[in-house]
Amino acid sequence: MATTAAPTTKRPWLTRTRKEGLWFYIFISPWIVGFLIFLAGPIITSAYLSLTTYDVTSPPSFLGLQNYSDLLSDDLFWLSLKITTIYSFVSVPLGMAVALGVALMLNQKIPFVRVFRTIYYLPSVISGVSVTLLWLWIFNPDFGVLNGLLSQLFHIKGPRWVFSEQWVLPSFIIMSLWTTGGSMVLYLAGLQGVPTELYEAASLDGAGAWRRFWNVTLPMISPVILFTLITGIITSFQTFTQVQIMTQGGPHYGSLFYVFYLWQNAFGGSATDMGYASAMAWILFVLVLILTLLALRSARIWVYYEGEART
Amino acid sequence: MSVKPISREAQLRDDVARAAMAARRRKVLRAAVGRGVILVILCLGAVVVMAPVVWMISTSLKSLYETQEFPPRWIPRVLHWENYPNALTILPFATYFKNSTIITLTIMVGEVLSNSFVAYGFARLRGPGRNILFVLVLSTMLIPYPVIMIPQYILFKNLGWIDTFLPLIVPPCFSSAYLIFLMRQFYMTIPREMDDAAEIDGCSYFGIYRRIMLPLAKPALVTVAIFSFTYNWNDYLAPLIYINSQSNYTLTLGLSNFLGRYNPISWHLIMAASLVTVLPCVVLFFFAQRFFIQGVVVSGVKG
Repeated sequence: MATTAAPTTKRPWLTRTRKEGLWFYIFISPWIVGFLIFLAGPIITSAYLSLTTYDVTSPPSFLGLQNYSDLLSDDLFWLSLKITTIYSFVSVPLGMAVALGVALMLNQKIPFVRVFRTIYYLPSVISGVSVTLLWLWIFNPDFGVLNGLLSQLFHIKGPRWVFSEQWVLPSFIIMSLWTTGGSMVLYLAGLQGVPTELYEAASLDGAGAWRRFWNVTLPMISPVILFTLITGIITSFQTFTQVQIMTQGGPHYGSLFYVFYLWQNAFGGSATDMGYASAMAWILFVLVLILTLLALRSARIWVYYEGEART
Repeated sequence: MSVKPISREAQLRDDVARAAMAARRRKVLRAAVGRGVILVILCLGAVVVMAPVVWMISTSLKSLYETQEFPPRWIPRVLHWENYPNALTILPFATYFKNSTIITLTIMVGEVLSNSFVAYGFARLRGPGRNILFVLVLSTMLIPYPVIMIPQYILFKNLGWIDTFLPLIVPPCFSSAYLIFLMRQFYMTIPREMDDAAEIDGCSYFGIYRRIMLPLAKPALVTVAIFSFTYNWNDYLAPLIYINSQSNYTLTLGLSNFLGRYNPISWHLIMAASLVTVLPCVVLFFFAQRFFIQGVVVSGVKG
């Protein structure tokens, strides 16, 4: 039987498994093509460019690691890193706490939950330039509504907000709090997924509201907390639109965010150096990666996954 | 003598019952008070959240003079509806609107098609290296845009695509990690028996995708479409890099251009134009709120 030709034609190369595998690659081919051309290629190019100086008009010339050593002695680089880190480390936890607080309140038996949810979520739908312009107007020191309310309600002369070196970062943080509705919706869904039996069991064991929150609610929604933490870090480290429109990094470098400084090096002004900017981009990449890994590593301690073997 | 102990016992029982009832009532009362406090906090929060929006609408109906009053009024003396036509004609907003619409809708169609297609592969078909590839898809979400922005710019410059819509439209049409993940999560909830039945009936994999999965995944497709729309409608950095000439400006570029042009800054006109810009997203949100919430939840809670 094995010598006849029939079985080889009957059992073609394209078996069922192979056929399925082939179709798998056909289906994911758009992603593969996009990945190679628009992600993997650019990432490798970016790594190479970071070792050169390149002003687009003439071909890149190789520098070795000089961009990186230049960055280490660039005061503005360190300043932008500091500003971005402060902003991220304040606005992300603060935003998470506010979102979780609102979600906890909405998870009670409250009338109009859907109306509240809509209201709190709305700002995150209208992100971008319009919102930035709106807040620039709200923060307007002379005719803005914020200082208007401060003077009318509390008889305080408000600060100059985004036009003041000290107040520009707090202003940005206030603005970021306004759009935490997205994670609020996530927390709310997480809270509604906590089985009520757990709360009943905890109550029977004599746990008060506070203990129920610490020992039941928080562990059960810890995966959602991890998710919002990681996405929060990634987006906050890439803050750009607000800076470019509101302050251009000012006043006196008070809001020189990392990506804005990077953009300035690459596209803004006359002395563009795409090599230098690429080095900055790579440092950002590594930083975001390290922060994400730290969050994931620490998650082993504080994130609880259902169905995981208990130790 | 024989009645007394019984009555005492009954009285005792009565007291206990009354005390228990009082305790229960106190508990109910406390819960009601707690809920009342929460309701008050939520209402205050809602006022704070809505105030900027109200302020935006109020400003858009003021006169230039009224925008320079301090302390500002919340309700304009006269409603200046003419601000809207004025704001939209002072700069060629019709062109910006058209450009944004073309770009956003094209990307939307592209993203719905490509992501639903790719996600089907990841959700249903077994191929060598599938799990590793899927982890790769997810990890690309960590790549900051600035890392790829410069090489992409050089690539598109060499292709002669600068100041066209192509650099904005083409890359997202090859699917994006976040939307693949969203679609895949949804496909996973569709019972496998559906595919199996179709396969037995002689349906090809493409046929299953086209005739079984797509119709069943309509809610997810709507979610992807909405996310795609709101994201690209509001995108600023990419248009800022690639678009140079006024006639190709998107709405976000046009709006930001408004700022530096006039002195004193015409906040009433800027707010009017901003409101018109966000209107499509707000309308979409109110009509499809369910899909927004669902999309956010699917991607985050089960992730």
